[in-house]
Amino acid sequence: MTPRTTLAVAGRVLTQVRRDHRTLAMLLVVPCALISLLWWMFEDLPGDLFDRFGPGLLAMFPFIVMFLVTSVTTLRERSSGTLERLLTMPMGKLDFLLGYALAFGLLAAVQAALAVGVSVGLLGLEVAGSVWLLGVVAVVDAVLGTALGLLVSAFATTEFQAVQFMPAFVLPQVLLCGLFVPRTSMPGVLEAISDALPLSYAVDAMQELVGAADTAVIWRDVVVVGLFALAALGLGAATLRRRTP
Amino acid sequence: MMKNVVEVRDLVVVRGAYEVLPGISLDVPPGVTGLLGPSGCGKTTLMRCLVGAQQVRSGTVEVLGEPAGSRPLRTRVGYVTQAASVYDDLTVAENLAFFARVLGVDRAAVEEAVDAVGLGGHRDQVVGRLSGGQRSRASLAVALLGTPDLLVLDEPTVGLDPVLRRDLWGLFHRIADAGAAVLVSSHVMDEAERCHRLLLMREGRIIADGSPDEVRARTGAADVEQAFLTLVEGAA
Repeated sequence: MTPRTTLAVAGRVLTQVRRDHRTLAMLLVVPCALISLLWWMFEDLPGDLFDRFGPGLLAMFPFIVMFLVTSVTTLRERSSGTLERLLTMPMGKLDFLLGYALAFGLLAAVQAALAVGVSVGLLGLEVAGSVWLLGVVAVVDAVLGTALGLLVSAFATTEFQAVQFMPAFVLPQVLLCGLFVPRTSMPGVLEAISDALPLSYAVDAMQELVGAADTAVIWRDVVVVGLFALAALGLGAATLRRRTP
Repeated sequence: MMKNVVEVRDLVVVRGAYEVLPGISLDVPPGVTGLLGPSGCGKTTLMRCLVGAQQVRSGTVEVLGEPAGSRPLRTRVGYVTQAASVYDDLTVAENLAFFARVLGVDRAAVEEAVDAVGLGGHRDQVVGRLSGGQRSRASLAVALLGTPDLLVLDEPTVGLDPVLRRDLWGLFHRIADAGAAVLVSSHVMDEAERCHRLLLMREGRIIADGSPDEVRARTGAADVEQAFLTLVEGAA
C-alpha cells in the first residue's frame, strides 16, 4: 500500500466527477431538494414529524448516492479494461479501493455540509449534538456506501445489473433501519436482521444526534458503521483479481 | 545470441471447456517480434499471460528472467489491450499524468509519450471525443511511460490509416533500437515484413518461427500470407 497511488486514484476520480457537471449537480442539489420536499410535506401536520424523519434521510443520502455512483463507476472501470491495466502496474488493490473511498468520502462531506446546512439553517431542524459530529456520521455513511458499491460491482457484469443491486441491497436496509417502524417494535426476527445491517446504525446515530445526543452512543454507532465499511472494502479487495479467467 | 526477453514453456490455458492454449512454447528475443495469426487463435490470451493478467492451468512464463506478472515486472512491462484502456472523460494529458503517478515516473515522461504517439496537438482534448485511432494511440502512450523493457501490443495498428501505421511501426523500431523488446500482434499478414522476427500462430499453437525471410524460404512462398497457407495446408 502506498499513499502515492491512493492519492493518484482519488485525484483522478475527483477530476472525472468535476468534468461531469450534471452528476456533480445531482450529487449536491438533489439531497437538498429532497430534504426540503420532506419538510414541506409535513408542513401542515401537527407534531415534530420533520424532526423524526429528517435525520434518517440525512443518513440515507450519502449511503444511497455513493452506493450507486461507485457501483457504476467501478463496473465501468472493470469493463473498459482500465482496471486490468492498473493491476498490471504497481497498483495495490487496497490503494485502488481506498482511493475511491477517499474521493467519494470528500464528495460526501460537501454533500452532507449542504444538506445539513439547508436542514438546520433554512428548515429549522433542531440538532442537539454537535453539527461537526453530524458531518462525521455522514462521511462514514458515504464510505460505507462506497465500500458496498465496490463490493457488489464485482458481481455485476453490466451497468444495468449494477443498478438492480440498489433495490436488492439498499432498500431492505432502508425499510429495516427503524425509520418507518422503531426497531424495538419490529417482530423479533426482523429486529435481529436490522441489528445486523449497517444502515440501522447510521440512522440511529443521526437520530441520536438530533434527539438525546448521547455522544458515547453516537461514537459507538460510528465505529460499527466504520467496521462494516472496512469489512466491505476488505471483501472488495478480495474480489479484485490480477489474474482473471 | 542475445538472451531471450520472454520464454514460454508448455503453457496451458483453459477458458471454460475450451483449451485456448494447449501447451505452447516460444521465445521472444529483443527487437520487434510480430505475433501473427487469425482472430481467435489465442494471441490475446498469450499476451495476457505475458503481463500476468491471465489465469494459467500449467506451464511457465518467464519475462526478463522473472515469473510473468511478478512485482518487479510491473514497471518494466508496458501493455496495450486491443480496446483502448484509457479514461474517456479525461484529457490525453490527464490520463497520462494519472498513469505516470501510478508508475512513479516524472511529468517529463508524459510529454515524451504524448509526442512519441503524435498526439501533441490533442493533449488537452477529452479522450472520448477523439477518433478511434487517436484513442488507441492515447492508450499506447500510457504503455510508453517509464520506458519499459518489454512492450506487449495487442493489434495496435488495426483501423489506422496507412500513414499512421507506417509512423507507428517506425516508433516500434525506434523503441526496439533503444534496447527494448516489442511484441506486436496482428491478424493482418502484410505487417509481417515490418518485423525482425515472426511467430505465426494458429489454434493456440506456433506453426512457424523465424525472420520473414526464413519463413518464406522454408515454405517457398512469395509472401508471408502464402507461407501461412502452405503451413496450414501442409499440417492438415
